[in-house]
Formats: sequence, C-alpha cells, structure tokens
Amino acid sequence: MPSYLFWLFSVIMLAGGAAVIAFRNPVASALSVVACFVGLAGLFIGLSAFFVGVIQILVYTGAVMVLFLFIIMLLDLKDEEKSAKPLVPIAAGIGLVAAFTMQLIGVLSRSPDTTAPALDAQTFTVAAAGFPASSKIATNLLSGKLPDVHLIGRTLFTQYNLPLQILGVLLLVATIGVVVLSKRQAD
Amino acid sequence: MAVVKLQRPKLNFGEKIYFGALIKGFILTMTHAVKSLLGKSVGAETLASSGLGVTMQFPEQRWDDHLPEYYRGAPALVTDEQGRERCVSCQLCEFICPPKAIKITPSEIPSDDPWAKVEKRPLEFDIDMTRCIYCGMCEEVCPEQAIYLRKDYLITGLKRADMVHNKKRLYEIGGTRVGLVNKWNELK
Amino acid sequence: MDILQIAIILVKIVTLTFLVVLPLVPLSVYFERRFSAIIQDRVGPNRVGIPFSLLGFKKDFHLFGLVQPIADGLKLFLKEDFTPAHVRKAFYWMAPALTVVPALITVCVVPFGSPISIFGHTEKLVIADLDIGPLFVFSVASLSVYGITLAGWSSNSKFPFIGGVRSTAQMISYEIALGLSIVPVLMYYGDLNLGTIVKQQADHGWLLLPLWGHDATHTLSSKLLFWFPAAIAFLIFTISIFAETNRMPFDLPECETELVGGYHTEYSSMKFAMFFMGEYAAMVIGSALIITLFLGGWSIGFGLDAVVEKLHIGDFYYGGFIHMGCFMTKLLAFILFFILVRWTVPRFRYDQLMKLGWVVFFEAALINVFLAALIVAAPQLQAAIIGIGSVLLVILTAAVIWVAKVSEEQPKILRA
Repeated sequence: MPSYLFWLFSVIMLAGGAAVIAFRNPVASALSVVACFVGLAGLFIGLSAFFVGVIQILVYTGAVMVLFLFIIMLLDLKDEEKSAKPLVPIAAGIGLVAAFTMQLIGVLSRSPDTTAPALDAQTFTVAAAGFPASSKIATNLLSGKLPDVHLIGRTLFTQYNLPLQILGVLLLVATIGVVVLSKRQAD
Repeated sequence: MAVVKLQRPKLNFGEKIYFGALIKGFILTMTHAVKSLLGKSVGAETLASSGLGVTMQFPEQRWDDHLPEYYRGAPALVTDEQGRERCVSCQLCEFICPPKAIKITPSEIPSDDPWAKVEKRPLEFDIDMTRCIYCGMCEEVCPEQAIYLRKDYLITGLKRADMVHNKKRLYEIGGTRVGLVNKWNELK
Repeated sequence: MDILQIAIILVKIVTLTFLVVLPLVPLSVYFERRFSAIIQDRVGPNRVGIPFSLLGFKKDFHLFGLVQPIADGLKLFLKEDFTPAHVRKAFYWMAPALTVVPALITVCVVPFGSPISIFGHTEKLVIADLDIGPLFVFSVASLSVYGITLAGWSSNSKFPFIGGVRSTAQMISYEIALGLSIVPVLMYYGDLNLGTIVKQQADHGWLLLPLWGHDATHTLSSKLLFWFPAAIAFLIFTISIFAETNRMPFDLPECETELVGGYHTEYSSMKFAMFFMGEYAAMVIGSALIITLFLGGWSIGFGLDAVVEKLHIGDFYYGGFIHMGCFMTKLLAFILFFILVRWTVPRFRYDQLMKLGWVVFFEAALINVFLAALIVAAPQLQAAIIGIGSVLLVILTAAVIWVAKVSEEQPKILRA
C-alpha cells in the first residue's frame, strides 16, 4: 500500500478514536466510532486483507454500530453534562492506557524485526507449493492473486475447526437466550 | 354499547403462502396495462379516451361537446335581445357570493338614456376568478336574470389582475341571451 | 502504477458510475411514472420533450416525455432549500450524502460486460475487479442505513423518527437473509469474484437457466439439481432486495398514509432529491446484483457469448460493448419488474415484515445452505453419507416448520 494511503487511513482512524471521547453528543461519538472503523477497514484492505477489511465494515460498521446508534436514539440520550473531574476515573484511565502501552511495547520488542515478504510472483510460487497443485488456492496464487477468502476459510475449517464449532454453539445459545427472554416478557 | 366480536378469517395453506394472491394481482395489473395500451380499458369509450388508458389528452382533445346543460363554468353577465344590459346593480349577488368574489360599483343611468326608467346599471362589475367557487348562487339569487354560469372553464392568466373579470369581459363571455322574462320594455 | 492506468481507472469510474448507472436513476423514475400510469389506465408524463417551437420551428418533439426526469431534476434544483429551525444541523446535512454515496460506491464491483481489447491491451468492464464482490456490495450498502437513521433522528420530529427507526430495523433484519441466501450461489461457483461468476454462467449456462455448455464437470443433471436451491436463493434474495431498498411492498419507512414521507419528511429541494436518488440507485444496484448472480449478468446465453467475444474490427475487440448492451437490457427489464411489483402488491404490516424476515427467510436461507452444500458435495460423497445428510435435512426442515407453527400467535378476537 502506498504510504500516503496508510497515513490517510491511520489519521482517519486516530481522529475518529479521539473524537469519540471528545464529542459530548452520544450520536456524534457513535459516528466517530464508525469513522474509526472505516479507517481500520481501509488499513486492512491496504494490507491486501480484503476479506477482513470488508467484514470489518459489514459486521462492526454495518451492524454493531447501527444497533448502538439505534439504541442511543431510542433512549434519547442527552449531551453529556460537564462534570467536575473526579480523580479516580482519570487515574484509572491513565493506568489502563499505561498498562496497554507497556504490553504493546513488550509484544513489539519481542517480535522479530523483519519486513514481510513482498507480494510478488516468487513469494506466491513458494506459498503455492504448500497446497495441492490443482486446488483453487494454488491456482490463484500461481496466477498472482492472493486468495485471502479461501486461505481464511481453509485455516478456519481445518486448523481451528473445533474453536469455530464452539463459537457457533455459543452464538446459538445467546440467540436462544434472547428469544426466551423476549418471550417471557411478552407473557 | 353493542360489542361485535369478529374472528380473523382462518387462512388455508394456499392463502398463507401468499403466492396465489400475488399472481392474481400480477394478472390483474398486467391486464390493465395491456388493455390500457390497446385503448380498450373499461370506460375508455364513454370517457372519449385518447387511446391510452381512459384519459383524454387535453389541449388536443376537449370535453366541450360533452358538457351537460347544467354545467357550471365561469359566471358572466348577459344582455337581452333589445341590447340592454340586464343587471340593475342591486348587489344581491355581491352579498350572497360565499367567497366574496363579486364587486359591483353601481351607477345611475342618465336621464337622456332610453332606459332611464331602469334607473341603475353597474359602472364596474368585477368577478375575481381566483376566488370564485362556481357555486351558482349569484345566478340563483339574481332577480333580473342578468348573471349566468356559462360553459367556459379555461380561466387562466399570468397575473392576479388577469384573473379579475371586469364588466366588459363578463359581457363578452355572457353574450346575448334571448327568451328571458323582460321586466323592462318600451311599455313599462 | 503509471499515469495511463490511473487515467483508465478514472475514465471507467466516470463513465460507468456517472454516465451509465446515474442516468438509470431518472430513467427508472420515468419508467415508474409511465408504467404505473399505464397500469392504472392513465397516460403518464408524455409531454416534456425538446421545445423546438422556442427555436422557431412549428412542432415540439415530445420524445414520449423522456425529458420529463430532467425537468423534474431541474425543478428540484430550483426549489427553496429549506432547513427547519428544530433540526440538528450537522447530521441533517450529512444524512442525504450518506444515503447516495454508498449506493454509488457499490457500482464499482458490478461487471458490465466481457473484457474489451484494443491494440492487444485487454480491459475489464468493471471498475474494481475485487475478489470479494458480493461481500463488498453488502458491506458498503449496509452503510446507507446510516443516512436514513441520521435523517430520521436529526429531523427532530416524530414522523421522520419513526420512519428512520423502522428503516434501520428492517435493513438490519433483511441483511441477514440477504447474506445467507447467496451462500449457495457462492458455494456453487467457489468464487467471490462477480466477474468470474458471470464468466462461468456465460460458459455453462445461467444459474436459473442452465441449458447450454454441458461438459464433464458441468453435467446437465447436476445443474438441474442445483436449480432448486438456486431458485429458493433467488426468491429470498430478490424479496430481501425489495426490503433492503425500502421498495413496495416493504416501503414502511416512508409510507405516506402513516408517516407523511417517512425519514425525508423534513427535507426539501436537492437534499430530498438525494434521498430519492439514493433509493433508486440502490434499486438499480440491487437489480444488477440479482442479474449478475442468478441471471447471467452480461451473458447473452445459448452459447452465443463465445461468438460475440471474438467479434473484432482489426485489433479492436468490441464484444464487451454488446455484452454491456445485453446487461443494460436485463437491468431495465428487472427495473420494470420492480415497478410492476410496486403497483401490484399491497404494503405489508410491520409485524408481517419482521416475521417474514426473521421467521421465514432466515430459516429458509439456512436450510437452503444445507441443501445446496449437500448437492454440491454429493459427487464426492458416499451414498450412505448423502442418505444421512438428506434425512437430517428433512428432519431439520420439519423441525423448523413445526417450531414456526407452534410459536405462531393464535388469532386474536378483535373488537369492532
């Protein structure tokens, strides 16, 4: 990805993130989160992770944040009042940020400082060797395309099949729970 | 209070699945569309349609020949066969007019006029066509049979002033009307 | 990336978005008015044309009123742009743009025709040849819900708010059915690139009309077997597109009899026109997607595509333009279908709409995924596994129907 696009999306993302806490109007804050997510999706797509980027928009921006906005509007939340700044929450916030920064530094310092291999024909050919010759992934790789959807699907359904099934059951339980709760209220 | 208990109609499987009704609807709308394109819509003939639907296409085709006798178009003043303007500016129409569209300025008829014995005629007679509601009360109330609703319906103008019919215009629209009761003639 | 490539992309964006898709919006408005008029035994707008009489000629050329949408647009431009005092200004201004922009962005993955080739340089008739086509369309289209929600909320009055809330709930609900219903199609083609999907349909028969191009891997019987899940998917997808674009019979967010105008009640002039445009552009894109996935996209069909692709004058292979014409014809036919449905089917009640989305389509789409997976995988499986799968499928279907039946509310006794 050209570096100016990286900077553009990073700025969108960071500005969105900062705006979430800067705005006093809850709807404006929710929209800032949306801007943040769109910037994040732009970064993903710039890293050739099309699927992740698009799912980011589809799930978080298109569904989760719409529900947030929906609830904010239905509850008719008023602008946040300017309150005297209590010390404890601020201190806790700073502590959290510090902890996360430490963790990030820790992870970054331990990860090997190598540049990712360029997405060129040679890398693709090497990668394609790891898959059956006639498979869709191998043919796509050999023709110079990154089949990210197929790769993610393959990883999910082979390497992480059990966690995936468990997650599916978890979601099913949550769905049934919601149905039961709403039914009980209606009676 | 009488309470009527209604049961929602029980739908059978075919009705629940909804497609039958959908297809019926499609057939209905498409029949209308085809008939409309062929100029064979129901009522196309009696409504003198243009050949597309039942609609008459206005500036080229007009309803004028089909207007009934009792059609209430623009109100207008009439003269009788003696060429006398029948209005005596009694202002009854001005008083009865529900939207107050009529404005009359009465005047005396000079003594050297052959119709001096009628005594009064309108100097100005304005009907504001932006206000007129074509109710025909003026025609009903007129003791002199001087104002009639004619079949003119195309009252247009580019300014408000254009829409006010003055006396001259009213007589133009009204023209001469024969066979009316002549209260005023050479004898009386 | 050199200058030429950027120039080609810009030309593609400008022509395909602004010269091909955007003019379809006024055109579909015209068709809407004319077709509805004909259905209702009226004439419709047939007067506005080129005013030759202004230039001193004797007769105007009325063109069947085709210039009417331009006159409408001009009228909307010249109207007073009135902002009520009680609105939340920033959001009120943002909302119309948020409705139009996503609808137009989705154009970029729709394949309009087969590649054209000139001087040995081949160019695809699609703006962005993404490998995640349908997902991209869904994700960007899901953003247009923000415009409607914000319009409803920022107008700060009751009717728009109810319209906005209805629209949000409806669009989120039907996105699920929309996404799930095309999973069988994607499984069948094993690809998410819309261009590849259309190419396969051109070679081996449209998904809903698989009558040509049989070979060893695409036998007629296998294609006909897949016709059933494809038809179910087509039905669910088409109806969900109706709901997603807020078209009749699901236009509850803006039903005039209840909500004045729905979410755009407080809007006037060009801001209102943007909502209008967004809605019709969404309809055009929805039709394009249905055609691309189920009805062969730009393909002419019956094995003619290979012939058309080889047509050329010297080095210039122009078959792509013929395919584009075919695509546009299909698109217009589908828009006419949208209009026919609008003037045929009465509006649903809101609870019926929600029930249709959550209870009928969601389950039907899920079962359809199962069915399609079974059919797609059948050639590689043993007979026993296929048998177990079919039994499971039947049990699952019966269970879902039973649950839906049990949970159905008993008819209430009404008072009159």
